[in-house]
Amino acid sequence: MNATVKSIFIVASISLCIISAANAQKYSTKNGKISFFSQTTAEKIEAHNNQVNSALDISNGDFVFKVLIRGFEFEKALMQEHFNENYLESDKYPNSIFKGKITNIKDINFTKEGKYNVMAEGNLTIHNVTQKVSVKGALEVKGGDILADTKFNVMLSDYNIKIPNTVINNISESLEIKVNVALKKLNN
Amino acid sequence: MMTKKLFALAVLSLSMTWGHVYAQDLMDMLGDDKPKTEFAYATFKTTRIVNGQSIENPASGNLLFMISHHFGAVNSGAYNFFGLDQSTIRLGLDYGVNDYLSVGIGRSSWLKTYDASFKLKILRQSSGERIMPVSLSLYSSIALESYKQDPTRKNYFTSRLAFTNQLLIARKCSNALSLQLTPTFIHKNLVHTAVSQNDIYSVGLGGRYKLTKRLSLNAEYFYLLPGNTADTYVNSFSVGIDIETGGHVFQLHFTNAQPMFDRAFITETTGKWTKGDIFFGFNISRIFTIKKPKGFKS
Repeated sequence: MNATVKSIFIVASISLCIISAANAQKYSTKNGKISFFSQTTAEKIEAHNNQVNSALDISNGDFVFKVLIRGFEFEKALMQEHFNENYLESDKYPNSIFKGKITNIKDINFTKEGKYNVMAEGNLTIHNVTQKVSVKGALEVKGGDILADTKFNVMLSDYNIKIPNTVINNISESLEIKVNVALKKLNN
Repeated sequence: MMTKKLFALAVLSLSMTWGHVYAQDLMDMLGDDKPKTEFAYATFKTTRIVNGQSIENPASGNLLFMISHHFGAVNSGAYNFFGLDQSTIRLGLDYGVNDYLSVGIGRSSWLKTYDASFKLKILRQSSGERIMPVSLSLYSSIALESYKQDPTRKNYFTSRLAFTNQLLIARKCSNALSLQLTPTFIHKNLVHTAVSQNDIYSVGLGGRYKLTKRLSLNAEYFYLLPGNTADTYVNSFSVGIDIETGGHVFQLHFTNAQPMFDRAFITETTGKWTKGDIFFGFNISRIFTIKKPKGFKS
């Protein structure tokens, strides 16, 4: 084996290492959980979705959440029907997407187990309307996985979701959204 | 030469790998590659189109209470306040046993009739991975007339009974338009005259068109196949609106059928639209969640 071939092999193997390192920076899940809550004096409404798709790149803090609107489950079947048919119009806008960046990703030591507070900024798309949002949350490095959770509020009017007068006392204008995902390292 | 080839190969494979890795957006990693089967829902707003059954069942664990009310004939004059003095009523309860089966009971003032029914979903309209163009359900009901019978003859309990069997074939054509075809077979144990039919066939056609998100226009027609019944009675035709308010659905309608249970409105309708012999009526339905779904036990 001459020197050139050797050097090619070296370059190639180094590059491959870098590539796998780049992939090792990515974490994802297909069964994250998002819940939302509406509370008024007349009625308490909650819905859960356990099939949230999410991915995080810890090298730069980029993340994305994608959730199927039809996947939200309510206590009352009729509410679920109205949620899809009248409010979110899930046949026209089947998904909601949150795409953003963890701004303080550099403060997190992913090699050490522990819980870290994080700040995130991004674009949240619901009902085909995109708004800039910034949220506070927590990341926990545990057993090679990353557990992320956050809680924030959205205003229905920001996303062009109208509450008819007949149920104005039953649905809160501001919804609390809870996000809870366990991201696993991506294996390529 | 060998070196050159190796070099080219290495560069090529590397560039491919690099390209692959870096073109891969986080979004692509989410991988919702497979098209899922999506079932049509809310083909109609409630379990009835007007008088007749729609493809809808109460959801699993839900109890639906329906008050159906028809006033008297509109052409009965100012003395009867155009029918509003008079009323015919049916109270009904339907329960969703599971995602496929619902059972119901009812009591009508018309001939003091009790009824019991079930509705079973056989096919569900779907798109995506599995495509099914229509939803199909089987509906079956028994009507028990408790009206006092003629005491001068021997009466049997069975002669009070009538049976209705329907196939409900529905398609949600768009978000606004839904159509339903309802082949119907009715058997009456006892009929009034020797020439009256015990077995009656009818075909129902119904539909709804949503005018707004919460308001729809409904219509329904039951065609009686030729025979003594078709000669003696008229085909039932009804038109109305559905108003959905959240927990309730209000159905307001005009119909030429005074009673609201299957046997009577399909095979014993006498009102003629052309003479104004029609009835104003409404159904009010309210849903109660009896059994909460998993994860909502609190």
